[in-house]
Amino acid sequence: VVCFFPFVSPEEERKVKANDREYNEKFQYASNCIVTSKYNIVTFLPVNLFEQFQEVANTYFLFLLILQLIPQISSLSWFTTIVPLALVLSITAVKDATDDYFRHKSDNQVNNRESQVLIRGSLQNEKWMNVRVGDIIKLENNQFVAADVLLLSTSEPHGLCYIETAELDGETNMKVRQSISVTAELCDPNHLASFDGEVMCEPPNNKLDRFCGTLYWREKKYPLTNQNMLLRGCVLRNTEACYGLVIFAGPDTKLMQNSGRTKFKRTSIDRLMNTLVLWIFGFLVCMGGILAVGNAIWEKEVGFLFQSFLPWDPPVDNFLFSAFLSFWSYVIILNTVVPISLYVSVEVIRLGHSYFINWDQQMFCSQCNTAAEARTTTLNEELGQVEYIFSDKTGTLTQNIMTFNKCSINGQSYGMLNFTPLNPLADPNFCFYDEKLLESVKVGDSHTHEFFRLLSLCHTVMSEEKSEGELVYKAQSPDEGALVTAARNFGFVFRSRTPGTITTTEMGQTVTYSLLAILDFNNIRKRMSVIVRNPEGRIRLYCKGADTVLVERLQPCNQELISITSDHLNEYAADGLRTLALAYRDLSEEEWEAWSESHRFADKATDCREDRLAATYDKIEQEMLLLGATAIEDKLQEGVPETIALLSLANIKIWVLTGDKQETAVNIGYSCKMLTDDMTEVIIISGHTVQSVRHELRSVFFFFLVQILPNLIISGEFALVISGHSLAHALEPDMEEEFLSTACACKAVICCRVTPLQKAQVVELIKKHKKAVTLAVGDGANDVSMIKSAHIGVGISGQEGIQAVLASDYSFAQFRFLQRLLLVHGRWSYLRMCRFLCYFFYKNFAFTMVHFWFGFFCGFSAQTVYDQFFITLYNIVYTSLPVLAMGMFDQDVPDQRSLEYPKLYEPGQLNLLFNKREFFICITQGIYTSVVLFFVPYAVLSDATQSNGVPLADYQSFAVTTATALVIVVSVQIALDTGFWTVFNHVFVWGSLGSFFTIMFALHSQTLFRNLPNQFHFVGNAQNTLLQPVVWLTIALATAICIVPVLAFRFLKLDLKPQLSDTVRKLKFSFYDPSVSALLSSQCVPL
Amino acid sequence: MGKEKSKSGPLARRPDNSAFKQQRLPAWSPMLTASAVLPFFYLLALICMLLGVWLLLTVQNTQEMKVDYTEAGSCNLCFEMRKNVSNAGQRCTCMIMFSIEKAFKGDVFIYYGLRNFHQNLRRYMDSRDDGQMLGRKSNLKSPSSYCKPFDVDEKGVPIAPCGAVANSMFNDSFILTYYTINGPTVVPLLRKGLTWYTDKNVKYRNPKMDNLTLPEVFEGTTRPPYWQKPVYQLDPFDPNNNGFINDDLLVWMREAAFPNFKKLYGFLYRANKPFTKGLPAGNYSVTISYNFPVQYFKGRKEVVLTTVSWFGGQNHFLPIAYLVTSGLILLTAVVLTVVWWKFGKDGKNMAD
Repeated sequence: VVCFFPFVSPEEERKVKANDREYNEKFQYASNCIVTSKYNIVTFLPVNLFEQFQEVANTYFLFLLILQLIPQISSLSWFTTIVPLALVLSITAVKDATDDYFRHKSDNQVNNRESQVLIRGSLQNEKWMNVRVGDIIKLENNQFVAADVLLLSTSEPHGLCYIETAELDGETNMKVRQSISVTAELCDPNHLASFDGEVMCEPPNNKLDRFCGTLYWREKKYPLTNQNMLLRGCVLRNTEACYGLVIFAGPDTKLMQNSGRTKFKRTSIDRLMNTLVLWIFGFLVCMGGILAVGNAIWEKEVGFLFQSFLPWDPPVDNFLFSAFLSFWSYVIILNTVVPISLYVSVEVIRLGHSYFINWDQQMFCSQCNTAAEARTTTLNEELGQVEYIFSDKTGTLTQNIMTFNKCSINGQSYGMLNFTPLNPLADPNFCFYDEKLLESVKVGDSHTHEFFRLLSLCHTVMSEEKSEGELVYKAQSPDEGALVTAARNFGFVFRSRTPGTITTTEMGQTVTYSLLAILDFNNIRKRMSVIVRNPEGRIRLYCKGADTVLVERLQPCNQELISITSDHLNEYAADGLRTLALAYRDLSEEEWEAWSESHRFADKATDCREDRLAATYDKIEQEMLLLGATAIEDKLQEGVPETIALLSLANIKIWVLTGDKQETAVNIGYSCKMLTDDMTEVIIISGHTVQSVRHELRSVFFFFLVQILPNLIISGEFALVISGHSLAHALEPDMEEEFLSTACACKAVICCRVTPLQKAQVVELIKKHKKAVTLAVGDGANDVSMIKSAHIGVGISGQEGIQAVLASDYSFAQFRFLQRLLLVHGRWSYLRMCRFLCYFFYKNFAFTMVHFWFGFFCGFSAQTVYDQFFITLYNIVYTSLPVLAMGMFDQDVPDQRSLEYPKLYEPGQLNLLFNKREFFICITQGIYTSVVLFFVPYAVLSDATQSNGVPLADYQSFAVTTATALVIVVSVQIALDTGFWTVFNHVFVWGSLGSFFTIMFALHSQTLFRNLPNQFHFVGNAQNTLLQPVVWLTIALATAICIVPVLAFRFLKLDLKPQLSDTVRKLKFSFYDPSVSALLSSQCVPL
Repeated sequence: MGKEKSKSGPLARRPDNSAFKQQRLPAWSPMLTASAVLPFFYLLALICMLLGVWLLLTVQNTQEMKVDYTEAGSCNLCFEMRKNVSNAGQRCTCMIMFSIEKAFKGDVFIYYGLRNFHQNLRRYMDSRDDGQMLGRKSNLKSPSSYCKPFDVDEKGVPIAPCGAVANSMFNDSFILTYYTINGPTVVPLLRKGLTWYTDKNVKYRNPKMDNLTLPEVFEGTTRPPYWQKPVYQLDPFDPNNNGFINDDLLVWMREAAFPNFKKLYGFLYRANKPFTKGLPAGNYSVTISYNFPVQYFKGRKEVVLTTVSWFGGQNHFLPIAYLVTSGLILLTAVVLTVVWWKFGKDGKNMAD
């Protein structure tokens, strides 16, 4: 598929005229053809190469390649660089090409979907990609919506239709969309063909829940909202057919606008690696400089005289120029200290670790059939270094399965007793037990009835009645579902709704209310209301919402009831329940008329519409009468307290950031063992002003000081609870450090009543001031900002859609899997990556520095020690797989041990396994090895002869001896470093050694030499050299000298300063028992 | 590996329970325990010690004699003569006397040694054409550009063998004389079999003869500028030892790794008395046809006589290195043992 995108300046306003392609084409809107693929066959090579050469490493190697093509300085054949470079580039290119192939396939499939388009008065089948802005299309049940369309009319009454938005935001409940009333009558193609309305609306954007526009038709203006839009990616449900006007097409649709790549995260190891690579470049230049100076001196003293045997190259006329060339030659030779394969190997290892996470059965939740998923493959080792976890509460620590638990009606509290359902429509799974409440329903207590009537009317739940009595509710939030279900079980059954009516069955009688208005819920209002007219004609407003906002809006007449209910609310909150207050208000016909007029006015406003609506809502939600309160329980997930306890033992600090009220949050804190009764003090900060917050923080600080003074350590444990409004002040630049020092001295921190933005701010604060790795875990859309700003974002795939999962780097179904992700996978990944890097730098220094020492003997002429093929293959064949196997499979302790001894996690947090110090140790070891590998063969061979008298001091024998010794020494070293010998390690280590000898014999064979004598001039060398006992004695001696000190140091370290992991390893561990593991990999909580 | 199975049911997406995917592959996890490391160290020390002693004893049985003739004795004159390039064509012969205190038993090898001659310079080593020396006719007529400036002479005639390596070939020759009571006897030397089998038979070949004589094959080429004879006349006595397979040429073409090196010149022919058991003790002289100039690069020239053992010529470094290493390993082992015994926390202090 080839799509053409006109290049136009960003539009400020979109104008679309129905059924008028010529008019719409003037604006050059994007067509409905989408291209998510990056390349086509022609552009693939240039574009992909261009992208790859934007990587600094690749460009560096390209630069080297160009240097090697200059004959005067080419100390190595061009293929020593081009082979690895081509390998790396082609691996990446193949990966990119496969990815792109699948994108092409899916693009093709999507673009070729059929859709019915109204063209010249008749419906025609068209491919999606040919649909234009301004077309009217027909959608049928269960079809995907082809573009962002304005709903014109549907087959259902009132212009209603239902959609499922799973592909868009992951929510699986159905949502209602309604066409504006004037177009709802345009039901057949003939009428629609003559529809010539013009839509003016906002330019394309990525806000899924917002749309603002106006329809101009027959000289009239009609406001359009998101309620009138069907977005691309939705599926039409429960609706026979509907017609829509295409507003945004292809790349302009909200779905496509949302599919941008998220910010690329880098790990601290990545950053360290980049610094080290820069240092190595510096080192390389220094080495090159030293050798160039050496060359200058040598050429002046000796080379000048040696010219009769070897004249200088034509451009060289003095020793300084020769030194200059020699510098570049040495840069080429010594470039292998930063091997190109480093970056590829790191990526391969990380990818492998990600697969291990995906494959882990113990992170599979069989109840929800979800396996853990590493959505980002580049962060794994950072999982082993986490110090701060920021967790959402609802849905993350808790199950987000709400049960109606308690209620307070007219000052009377009910809850937690036995209950038998009294009506046949009851939900059999419902369990709320209170005989008294049942009694009061039966008796017909008016307050109780009104209470449940409110619950059955004031909500946005959709119902689906497949057969009589088999009601299924689809609720956007589980809270609402729980409340409506509760009302249903007490005899107030919500049956169905239309845009204008709600039908319920009240104590067996079917009642239909006409729905006058829905004053919907949002995070600022924290309440929702409905205005209904009952069959008798009385108009009533029902409101439910957070107690704090509702109490302000009550009639002040019944203070006693208000205070009793408040007591109940506090009681419920203290039990960790989620509370809502319920109230109602009777409206007279006049009041309703007046308000309805102002509402219509606000509704039609094109600017600040939402603010105006909110103000209107506010006007009517006053003077209400309190009905009571509900309390909903959100159960803790399985294993949460244990996980939190384990993670705190691993020295990870857990902060809970929740939107719940303080009491609820504190209570959850207690129930998941974050807060305990042993704690010296739970500090609560809830000031509303800058001064009071500052004062509170100061006093806490002094309190700490008093505690510290006796012995300079904080004795006792503290916890900090801070509320959202205090947090807003505490996060001010002048107070944040004070807040931070206080918070970090506490064992547990709970922030309640926080907004999504504040969650992100808290994470940013820690990132800014502590050099610590942060992890944010959450499940809802409100956690997305926090997940994105933390070093690692974890999404819990639970009840609340998949937005958090989509933004996350890792996702799984249960909070408790976090312990396995961090303590097992993270720890292993970190350990493996560190060991991998240490060894990698070691082996390359050992390999490369030999050239440096040889420089002093070969007149600094940039002669290599090894055969050029050995240089080419050393990093990509002879030594790559054993270290990859170690990086992939190594385990210092088995997974159960790292869960049993959470302290094993600490080295990662303290960054002990790979840091600048470790790096220097590695390269020192590498340089030491290179000294041994050069000088031992030098000392032995320079005077040695074969047993038949032929000297062994020729260059080729020396090269073979050194190369063999090098491969053997680094193989022994990897054998020492490998702590976990699986079959792969054996195969790779022995296989690499075998491949070295095989390839060497092949390269030194007669066949190759006869064909390319100038390339394979080492012919016969392998057998002549390696048959000499003195060569093997040399190799053995060099190996012993290289390895013995390492072994001695390791033994001493293990003996005198054993790490915890060493000690744990020494414990006799029972071998893996399948039955125990089956138990461990147990399923989620049985309900 | 990661293909989604088309199972249904609640466990449809459950990952496979394979040892590989669950990272439970059977594995061996070795530990550096005292019981493994300390015996290993002692054993290693013992092995090194035994090897060192054995090598030392072997080396004691070999003998070596070096005679530096750069400016020694009458060679002084030749040395001065070679300083002047215009005398390059003139012959110069000199003689050095030396005596052998203890007879050289067994095979005796004669080497020429050069000091401070860099055969390992990058451009020097590249300055050769292995294709030409493999006998490829095309390379014979147009040598590789790597040979520059020794690829063609001023007239554009290709040089065979081309390049700086061949051009700088060592061209002194020696005659060894043994002074018995009966008068001087020339020590018979074998000048063949000085190279690896692969060099003589694979790496270096003369161009295809096709019923031509060697000089005819090399027609249209010229000798390297520093040579006195063309390549097909290197050995006047043995026609089969000429051209690109001349032993002396092959020996020279195998470049030395370090600036001080020795190369095989020949070995003692032991068929006749008094040399059947080697070189007897006594007085010797070596007569040198002094051609190779070394004063340009401050080099030295020497003649080396050695006998060999199973691991080659006299080489004191290897046994001593083994003995020293053995000592150090033993010392380390003792220190480690003491440390382990006194301070070790070998699992004993699990409590902390």
